[in-house]
Amino acid sequence: MAAAAPALLRPYLAVFAGRFLQMLQYRAAAIAGFATQCWWGATKIMIYAAFYATAPQAAGALSLPQVITYTWLAQALLVLAPWNGDPDVALAVRTGAVSFDRVRPVDAYAWRYAAAAAWITARAVPRAALMFALAGVALPLLGLGAWSWQAPADLSAAALFVPSLALAVALSSAFVMLINVCVVATLTDRGINTLMMPLAIIFTGNLLPLQLFPDWARTALFLQPFAGVFDIPFRIYFGQLAGASAALGLALQLGWTAVLAAAGWLWLQRVMRRLQVQGG
Amino acid sequence: MGPIRLLGRYFRASVHAQAQYPGSLAMLSLGAFVANFVDVIAIAALFARFGQVKGWTFGEVAMFYGVVSVAFAFADFLSRGFDVLGTEFIRTGAFDRLLLRPRSLTVQLVGHDPRLSRVGRLAQGLAALALATVALKFRWDASAVALAAWTVLGGVALFSGIFMLQATLAFWTVESLEVANLLTYGGVQAAQFPLSLYAEWFRGVLIFIVPLGCVAYFPVVGLLGRHDPLGAPDWFLPLAPAAGFAFLAAALAVWRVGVRHYTSTGS
Repeated sequence: MAAAAPALLRPYLAVFAGRFLQMLQYRAAAIAGFATQCWWGATKIMIYAAFYATAPQAAGALSLPQVITYTWLAQALLVLAPWNGDPDVALAVRTGAVSFDRVRPVDAYAWRYAAAAAWITARAVPRAALMFALAGVALPLLGLGAWSWQAPADLSAAALFVPSLALAVALSSAFVMLINVCVVATLTDRGINTLMMPLAIIFTGNLLPLQLFPDWARTALFLQPFAGVFDIPFRIYFGQLAGASAALGLALQLGWTAVLAAAGWLWLQRVMRRLQVQGG
Repeated sequence: MGPIRLLGRYFRASVHAQAQYPGSLAMLSLGAFVANFVDVIAIAALFARFGQVKGWTFGEVAMFYGVVSVAFAFADFLSRGFDVLGTEFIRTGAFDRLLLRPRSLTVQLVGHDPRLSRVGRLAQGLAALALATVALKFRWDASAVALAAWTVLGGVALFSGIFMLQATLAFWTVESLEVANLLTYGGVQAAQFPLSLYAEWFRGVLIFIVPLGCVAYFPVVGLLGRHDPLGAPDWFLPLAPAAGFAFLAAALAVWRVGVRHYTSTGS
């Protein structure tokens, strides 16, 4: 049995590794993405600083250095925001290659999930490394420490951030899989991608830290599934969620991942039974 | 067939094609409006928390945002062909076909796949202008309308110029470069807020290198009837959008060099 488990997992690990290495090849895309994210991050930070300078007492739970760190983190990990389906799936739907998913001797959901997780991770790693080098290392060295990406609150925050980030990738992959299934069902990726983008941008906390939204919305924003992608891991990073509340945050991430993955798996079974194939 | 009628044909065919996926189109139209409206949500949330920002109110920022969004919506609608030139024309060799047709290259590219979803961005820009009008109790007299229209025209020229430069790069790189998104989407992002919020080096980029400030910030300050806190003289404010046309002229010249440089990638 112990030997059977790795054998069972092997195709999924293989597709993860293959996709990961493939996505790492797109160096120009990574550099372009990094440049865009620097611009975005710098713009946002200057705007936050202007607001904070105008009315510092209104800021609430997040301090300006935290908002700055939040912005760099969110830009570094931008590709975790689940606003697009996997372009490979859209291509497979367009060409009709999606029909091969029915004949592979593996679980179609798990296979595509592993590919989606690799697609996200492989794009995140180089961008995050570049962003950290710039905002975490270069800015303080240039004497711009006030604008830099700062370290986690303490050691336990750092230790909890690691599993929380892993869960963020798992959760984001489950979202991407829901989008993928929708692409297979509707035969095009344009509609669902356009619809998901605003949801993902607002509710992950990419647009604006969720804590800067009005206070009456706080609980609802914390409990909704997108919060697990940015908001919860970043609050753990700042030490705002520690001990029991950090456990709650991690549980929310895990719970939503399970719910979304189950929903995606069931939906894919249905779609695959009556699969429409186009192309030729 | 004249260029205007030809463009009409292109647009009709494209709209018809996009209507073949009704489920997707419904999500797309709704999504495009909401997608572009998220920025307004962020701005509103920030003002709800902080009240105002360095003397600017929500209504004023909505005016900056609305003007630049409307301009970008038009430019984006007209520039799709330039936006995807690398991936859809040069890499595939389809650009050769455009060159062979006895019609203007620009008309063919402007007519390529104009996306209906841009109507969503336009609607969102107009909604931001409506918000600004209500919040400021703004009176749209003839001179205000004329200044706003002139500002939008300058913005369309500037953004079209940026798309054109991005396309020109593709003659060398073959791919469409995402880096230009910095100046298009990133430009819209930056120009939503008054330039006086930004650091000096960033303002310099937005005024002298890519004159986004000239097609949004300066004329809108004039439109709002304020004096520029950065110290630009009042007479300059309504003239600033001309910089957009100068940029487009420069971009066209560069584009021509690119077209001359073009060598086909083959079949």
